[in-house]
This record gives sequence, structure tokens and C-alpha cells, in this order.
Amino acid sequence: MQKMDHLTRRQSLILGAGALGMATLPRRGALAATMEAGVPVADVKPPSFAIEKGATLRVLRPAKFIAPDETWFRANTKKFTEQTGVHVELDFISWEQLRPQTAVTANTGAGPDIIVGWSADPQIYASKLVDLTDVGDYLGAKYGGWFDLATLYGTKWGSGGKQWIAIPLGGGTGPSVYRISWVKEAGYDKIPNDLNEFLTLCQKLKKIGHPCGFALGHAVGDANGFANWLMWSHGAYAIDEQGKVAIDSPEMINALNYCKEMYPTMIAGTTSWNDASNNQAFAAGEIGLTFNGVSIYYVLKNSKDKRLNTIAADTNNVLPPYGVSKGHPPMSALVINAMLFQHSKFPNAAKDYIRFMMEAPQYGPWLADCYGYWSNPLKAYSEMTIWDKDPKIAAYKEGMNTPYYDGYKGPISANSSALAANYILVDMFAKVATGNASAKEAASFAAKQAERYYKA
Amino acid sequence: MLAEAGNAMDATTAQTAVLTWRLERRPDNWVTRLFDNKKFLIGLCLAPAIGLLVVFLTYPLGLGFWLALTDSTIGQRGHFVGLANFISVFNDPVFQLSVFNTIFYTAAATVGKFALGLWLALLLNHHLPFKSFLRAIVLLPWIVPTVLSAIVWWWMYSPQFSIISYILVNVLHLRSTYINFLGSAWPARWSLVAANVWRGIPFVAIITLAGLQTIPPSLYEAALLDGASPWQRFRFITVPLLLPILSVALTLSTLFTFSDFQLVYAITDGGPFNTTQIMATLAYQVAIPGSELGQGAAIAVAMIPFLVALTAINYFGLARRKWQQGPANE
Repeated sequence: MQKMDHLTRRQSLILGAGALGMATLPRRGALAATMEAGVPVADVKPPSFAIEKGATLRVLRPAKFIAPDETWFRANTKKFTEQTGVHVELDFISWEQLRPQTAVTANTGAGPDIIVGWSADPQIYASKLVDLTDVGDYLGAKYGGWFDLATLYGTKWGSGGKQWIAIPLGGGTGPSVYRISWVKEAGYDKIPNDLNEFLTLCQKLKKIGHPCGFALGHAVGDANGFANWLMWSHGAYAIDEQGKVAIDSPEMINALNYCKEMYPTMIAGTTSWNDASNNQAFAAGEIGLTFNGVSIYYVLKNSKDKRLNTIAADTNNVLPPYGVSKGHPPMSALVINAMLFQHSKFPNAAKDYIRFMMEAPQYGPWLADCYGYWSNPLKAYSEMTIWDKDPKIAAYKEGMNTPYYDGYKGPISANSSALAANYILVDMFAKVATGNASAKEAASFAAKQAERYYKA
Repeated sequence: MLAEAGNAMDATTAQTAVLTWRLERRPDNWVTRLFDNKKFLIGLCLAPAIGLLVVFLTYPLGLGFWLALTDSTIGQRGHFVGLANFISVFNDPVFQLSVFNTIFYTAAATVGKFALGLWLALLLNHHLPFKSFLRAIVLLPWIVPTVLSAIVWWWMYSPQFSIISYILVNVLHLRSTYINFLGSAWPARWSLVAANVWRGIPFVAIITLAGLQTIPPSLYEAALLDGASPWQRFRFITVPLLLPILSVALTLSTLFTFSDFQLVYAITDGGPFNTTQIMATLAYQVAIPGSELGQGAAIAVAMIPFLVALTAINYFGLARRKWQQGPANE
């Protein structure tokens, strides 16, 4: 049995968080610096990486959406430089540019040493990456193990979750976000897990003038998240274990018919919604229930507008209805994985950097101040005090505690990203919801579309 | 002695002069000969332009063609697969729908842009108060970055926050519900056409206005003396003399519209269920987020025959001199 202990506030400050450019951090940053308290850590000796002489690193990661994400990432990187002398050039890049940039780096063997890339990318570029099993095993042992989704994306497919090719840093997920008073007015104290009950809730919300709203347009995050929830909560899946398309199934037909019943309960126009639409509609009080990341709640809570703060006080975030899914909520997350490329001249420095960024004194404040924007891949971080301080964001600590992923149950590959990128499932649900196709027609069409990418 | 000395000096001066002369007349080396060569100089002067064209136009275009013939994905260098991508893409109902959408979008928007643009140009060609100011105002939609104007249109078409719906419902009380501009196929297509027309009008208006101003007023005066009606003056003077510039404007405008990306990408991204998906957005979606570079390149390459045909129709149809000045002037 490994000895577990807790980092204290004093320890975290001694470890340097307080000394690092705090003047540049947002006001809440100083508070968050203490919030890794509560992380149970096992007494595990860190792997010793002999940092190369004169090592410098280039790191590329996706751009921030909320300020603390970048602020803490920079501060932690600076701290690494101060402690090791390794200069790190850290760049942030737009989300859409990240995948092509990763591809260019992998194919040319030049560019950043570390790229924090999207979910399936480590599998796509597995042959170009440095094995990170030592880092993955160490972090898993120290921080209570990895959640399922982290192991799925971080380890090489087919290695039984043993060979780490990337270290997942976090995942962006989208649970239920709702107005407490309106759901109560509709006769419910909480969001029901049963699908029929959930449908009834949506109907009642519509009746009292506070309808739900779920994206069915080309919204890459929200609409795919809703389509995945519809599918998995009915026991349907897009791809089977052998990598064959399994869209046209009785469970999927049930999911499609359920969506058709749900659609009239929604606010009008969700077939044209993009990723910002439900945030705007929720903040304007137009909808009472949606699925989203923490951004809705975060913006409402931190706004200078008192009216929005009032809405935040009446807002809650909970895991989405389970439906027939057993044990885990039927949702996935957009995971960011740190990949170390073989062309790096300083692999030991790079490994140590990744390890360093995942350690509690660094990762804790970053995660705490991101306030649920990223869900943690390591189980121990779910014990952080931040989740208890604001129970409304507790759902996000479970964001990566799920076996569901894009292209579930098939192998993780470039194809699984193509399903979402081409809106194959979203369009299938949208066509049935709006009466432009029967469930059978839409499922059959979507299956053929998916087969274009999942070739035999 | 002096004479000798003088002679010697003369000889030295002469020698120096000869030497200087010889230096200037040194036999041409290969560099001089090279730069004296007219063909070489022509090549040298053209080299930067040709270099730019090759690097930034021919190479990407050639690479696009090559990618379309391979099964490249974003992660993997592909293998040659012949026309397999084209066959696969042509059999894809989503691609077929995107071809229809693109043609509809181009045709409807071009008609709209030309009708309104020409009308605006005719109005601006009259002596109006604040003429220069008005002409500057007309250019605004063209000056605003497309992505910004697309976002404004997206707000105006929002099912929840549309200013158009707000005015109709809350101010004028002409409707009871907000308009679902982008939620179903045809309203979404027409909404995109309207945004594109708005953006394209200045281009047509300013170019045709420039054309209108090159028409000599004496022709109109002569026609007036002959008793021509306003319609006859427009039909028999304005239209024929405007045709060359109209054909250029039409060609460019059609090409811009056919290969438009930003407006559609920012307003609907091809939704709902691909009913506004045009070829350019589909090519991007398949190639970059969808990782299938080969297939995406095939879609992009499939746009080229349309673009060439449109250019050919415009040039060989409208721009023929015979049309304007009769067969004798061919």
C-alpha cells in the first residue's frame, strides 16, 4: 500500500506557486494557488530524467477560452524554467489550426518538441511519438490512477492501456446546464436520469415558457455532444469493436424517434445553432436547459452584470441523463494530450516538463482556476477542495470518468474524428427531428456516409 | 631638352590615353555578354513574376491536383489511387447536394448583385447632392472584412436575437414569432444569397459606374435630338457600351461567388444537414477537420471545370467585339 498524504497550502506556496508572476495573475489566481490542497498523492519516486545540457523546448497548445487557462499555463512553464534552467518557448494556437499544425510537425519531423493536441491525434501519429510510459505510469501511481477516457486516448490502441504515447492534460465536456427555479417550477427537484422522465421535463419546461435548447446545427462541439448523448443514452453506438459501422441499429432508431419527440419541446431554430448559440440563449433567459461546458456558468458567475450573477445563482451543472447507460454518464470529452515528438533533441527535458506540469503544485492551481473548463484525467484531482467549494461545478470533475469516446466502440483513429467533423450523426438526428427523413432513412443514409470513412 | 621632355610627356600622356582607352575597351567577359543578351534580360526581368506564379500558384494548384489523385490523409502521406477519389466524391449525395447549392448560390447571388449593382450605378451616375460621399458609402460592404460582416449577418439571422425579427415582432407587431432564417433548407439558402448580394453590390456598382462615366455624353445628346426615349437610350447606348466592362465584372463576380467560403462558413457552416453546404466549405470540411486530404482536394479540383466554364462563357459570350461593334469590326 502506498502512503497517501495531502499537499498543504504551505507546501504549495513553498513549491513556488506564490512566487511566480502572481502580479500578472487574475485576482482569483491567488486563491486558486492554494486549491491543490486536498489532492491525495501516493509516495512514489518520480522517474529521474537527466535533463540534457543546454536544453530548450518548444511547446504548442490550443488557445485559451478563459484567461486563467493561459495565465496559469504560462506561470507553471516559467516555474519549470526557473527550477531547471530549461528555456521553454510556449505558443498558443487557434483550435482549428492545431490539427493541421500537428500534422505538419509529424510529417516534416520539425517544429515544436511537444504539441498538446486533440483527442485522436496521438493514435494517428503514434509512430512519430516518444514513448511516455514512464511518465504515464508514474503519474497514474502517484495520483490515484487515470480515468478511462485518459487511458483510451493516452495509450496506444491495442496495448491494453499499458503503453503511453501521450499524456492527457484535460478534457472539455458538456453536462446538463439548467435553471434550478424553472426545473422546480416544472415539478422536478433534479434532472431525471430516466429518458421518459427527461422528455416529460422538457415538455413541461416548454409549457411554462422556459424550453430546453440543444444544438442540431453544424456546431462541432455542442451538436456532436448532443448527438452522442442521444445515441449512447439509448444503448446505440456508431462503430462496433471491429471498426465496422453500426449506425443502422434498432437502438439508434429508438434514439432517432426520441429526438423527434424531443424536438418540439425545444426553442425554435436549434437546427441553425452553432457552438455559441446555447450560451447566448441561456444567458438571455430564453432557455431553461441545455448541455454545455462550464463556460455558461463561468461567464454568468464572473460577469460584472448583476443580472447575470443572479442567473448564475439559479444555474446548476449536473451529469446528463444516463438513460440505459450503466455506471457512466453517456458523454465524452474533447481531450487535450501532450505528445512528445521523436524529432525533439531534448526528450528528457520534455518528459520532465510534462511530468512537472501534471504535478499537484502546478496542475492543481491551473485546474482549480479553470473552474471545470477542463476536467481532470487523474483521479486524485477529483478530490480537490475546489469541487466542494462550488458543488455546482462538481459534474466537471467526472468529465473524463467515462468509457465513451468519438467513434465508440471502434478503434480510435482519424476516422473517429471524421464522424464528428462531417456532422454525420448530427445531421442524421436533425433530419429526423425536423421531419425531413424517417428514422430508418436517416440511419441508413448516415451509415453509408460513415462507411465512406470507415472503409473495410 | 625641354623639347625632348615635352615630347616625352606627350608620349606619356598619349600612352596613358591609350591605356585608359584600352581599359575601357577591355574585351567583353561572359557576364557583360550575358547581360547584353536580350533574351537573357527578358528572362531575368520576368523571373520574379514567374517565380511568384510558380511558387504561389502553379505549385499549390499542382499539389492540389496531385493530392486529389492520392489517398493522403492529414496524418499520412498517401499513395496514388488514380481517379478513385473523384469516383467516390461524385457518388456522394452530400457532394451532389453541394454542387447544386453552389450553382444555386452563384446564380441567384449574381443575378441579385448585378440587378441591384447596375441600378445603383445608374442612380449614382446622375448629378446627386453629396455624390462623392454617397459613392464612398456604397463601398462600405466591400471594405468591411467578410468575416466581420458574416458575423453581423449571423446575428441578424439568429432565431433568438435577430434585429429583423425584433422589428417585425416587437416594434411593428406584424408577426407573433421570430423568423427561423437558417433553420430549414430554402430559407437558409435565400438568407445566404441575401448576405452575398449585400456584400457584392459595391463591386458591381463601382465598376459599372466607372464604365458609365466613359460613355461620351455626346451620344446621349445625339439620341435626345433624335427623340430617343430613356429606355431606348439605355438599351441602345448604355448597354452596348457597358458590355465590355460588365463582362469583366460578371466574370470576376461569378468567380468570387462560386468560390465563396467565408460567408457560408461563418453563418451556417453548411447546416442544417448540408442544405447550405457549398463546394468550398465541403472541401475544407472533408480535408482539414475530417482529415481526408485526398477527398477534400478532389472536391476542390472538381470546382475548376465550373470556374473555367464560367470564365469561358463570360469571355467568349459577352466580351466578343462582334457583339458590340458588329461583324465588320471583328
